[in-house]
Amino acid sequence: MITLSSWGRVEQHLHEVIPLNDPGKVPALISRHGPGIAYGMGRSYGDVCLNPGGVVWNTTGLNHLIQFDDERGLLRAEAGVLLRDIQRLFIPRGWMLPVTPGTQLITLGGAIANDVHGKNHHVQGSFGDHVRRIRLVRSDGEVIECTPHLNPAWFSATMGGLGLTGVIVEVDVQLRRTEGPWLESETISYANLDEFFHLADSSETGWEYTVSWIDCLSGAGGRGIFMRANHVADQSHAPTKGVKVFPFEPPISLVNRASLQLFNSVYFNLKSLRVGRALIHYEPFFYPLDNILEWNRMYGPKGFFQYQGVVPRVVGREALRAMLEAISHSGEGSFLAVLKTFGDRQSPGMLSFPQPGVTLALDFPNRGKVTHKLFERLDAIVREAAGRLYPAKDGRMPRSLFEAGYPRLSEFMQYRDSGISSAMSRRLMGS
Amino acid sequence: MAKIKKIVIIGATSAMAEECARLWLQGGAIELVLVGRDAVRTERVADDLRVRNPAAMVKVVVSHFIDPMEIQTTVDHIAGDGAVDMALIAHGLLPDQRHCQSDLSACQDALVINGISPVLFAEAFASHMAMSGHGTVAIIGSVAGERGRKSNYVYGAAKGLVTRYAQGLQHRFAGSSVKIVLIKPGPTDTPMTAHLKNQGAKLASVEAVAQGIVNAVDQGLSEVYVPGKWRLIMWVIRHMPAFIFNKLNI
Repeated sequence: MITLSSWGRVEQHLHEVIPLNDPGKVPALISRHGPGIAYGMGRSYGDVCLNPGGVVWNTTGLNHLIQFDDERGLLRAEAGVLLRDIQRLFIPRGWMLPVTPGTQLITLGGAIANDVHGKNHHVQGSFGDHVRRIRLVRSDGEVIECTPHLNPAWFSATMGGLGLTGVIVEVDVQLRRTEGPWLESETISYANLDEFFHLADSSETGWEYTVSWIDCLSGAGGRGIFMRANHVADQSHAPTKGVKVFPFEPPISLVNRASLQLFNSVYFNLKSLRVGRALIHYEPFFYPLDNILEWNRMYGPKGFFQYQGVVPRVVGREALRAMLEAISHSGEGSFLAVLKTFGDRQSPGMLSFPQPGVTLALDFPNRGKVTHKLFERLDAIVREAAGRLYPAKDGRMPRSLFEAGYPRLSEFMQYRDSGISSAMSRRLMGS
Repeated sequence: MAKIKKIVIIGATSAMAEECARLWLQGGAIELVLVGRDAVRTERVADDLRVRNPAAMVKVVVSHFIDPMEIQTTVDHIAGDGAVDMALIAHGLLPDQRHCQSDLSACQDALVINGISPVLFAEAFASHMAMSGHGTVAIIGSVAGERGRKSNYVYGAAKGLVTRYAQGLQHRFAGSSVKIVLIKPGPTDTPMTAHLKNQGAKLASVEAVAQGIVNAVDQGLSEVYVPGKWRLIMWVIRHMPAFIFNKLNI
């Protein structure tokens, strides 16, 4: 048994880790050792990948590429392959993943199980929009091939299916053409939410990537920094900088009210001074924190929560204002506060998170009751706005909020594998 | 045009060997011959390498790993296709020590696959390299071969055999352009050691160990510990007086 946690490090428990290294042996291994849940890089924040006291199947040994069609850009790979390895191998060859989240240190299987999204959702949708085939192994040994056309319900249940429909062992993913690793970015500061929405809307056409950092301590106004970028043709390849490791676990969180006030103010003012256009390599733009391994340790031994919700556009402004106000009043604060609009499109999975609207993601050091009290207030706002929370980030939402946010849940339940169970599935689905 | 470098890997499905192959492929056009016991598992590695570098020539050879006649035939066949620039001998299995103590055939299997078999492969390649006058034989030994310990002395004995053998080969080829590299990895995070991880052992990453192997081979070092800290640790272990050593539960 070894102690495992997810990225938030709030829950740390013993697990029996069963490595899946040989695709041929997956059916036998998962039926013999279970019930369990697939565990890849442990980059989700809450309990979607955890099964305290029980089994997890480690998929990182399923790390082989199988086939690549150079003409069409179609890659077949095992599910434990890291997005980073795909990016680094194929970008010099003119292809890249169309959608990646804020870290590339995740597996293909994890990207599918959480149907992750990136800064270009309004153009490319979510990760699942580019998956062409999934090979799923059920705990009874059955192997199911599914595509958007073959076994489409299985495909849709597995996309964003939190690993609960079977173990994903093999994936076909469509890459997109790219001219190189460089982006032209533009940084603009905004003084309030109205300005943010104006920037987001006017950037929808003409800019592939949009994201913003919001100063959540600035109250209901919501000043922040808006970033947008496009690919540019450039053949030079920058050498990757060496990675740093966050050197220690401080006894208490380094992120607290005092440090945040200072950080947010300094960050906003520094960035405001550097508004304008710049050429930037895709790695620091897409994955700014990947170069500091184990940055999650800065929140101390109690770990931290991410709170990410999406609310529809019609009520977006009011809901965001209410959320920022609640945070301001609570005395809690978030340092990695990200605000972004989603495109007006349907997600491919029954439990996919992205839906048309605006999404706010926040980090909070785990301060126990105080933090949970704030979450209850934020939950109420999300619920009233008919929004939902992102399971990949969640370790605490009440079941009722999950059920309200995911109307296709009962349809999804037909495709669950009874030999698969996680802390999250027990918390949100009862088994 | 310069001759394309030909590298043979025995035990190509081992995580360490595979990671080395990925690194060598980044270096450009090479010919890789992957030798494995199981066709499906070896082809899986080959397919991955082909996707990573479409310009590389990757061949799969399936061979028995115990039978001396078959080892000879396999190596002769590979060398007959064109001189081998480097042979990495990487196969092995970490046996359960207790099982080896209670079951002599398990003990024998562990000694043969980790000790005799690598020696036979190395000997076969060395003979060809002696004739062609160049080449490198890189053998993966282990820090476990440095001093017998109760927790894994059967495996350690086999790796100790490999160590003495490699020293002998180095003596034989001293002053020639045939190089013999002995690699001694510390405990590494591979499928072979997955059970150690469940016991809470701190293991080196396979990527880091592979990089160490590739560097050692490039520099033609005769003996290398990866990660390097194991040189010091094993020096201490080797020189520890028995009255202290015997009290350690290692």
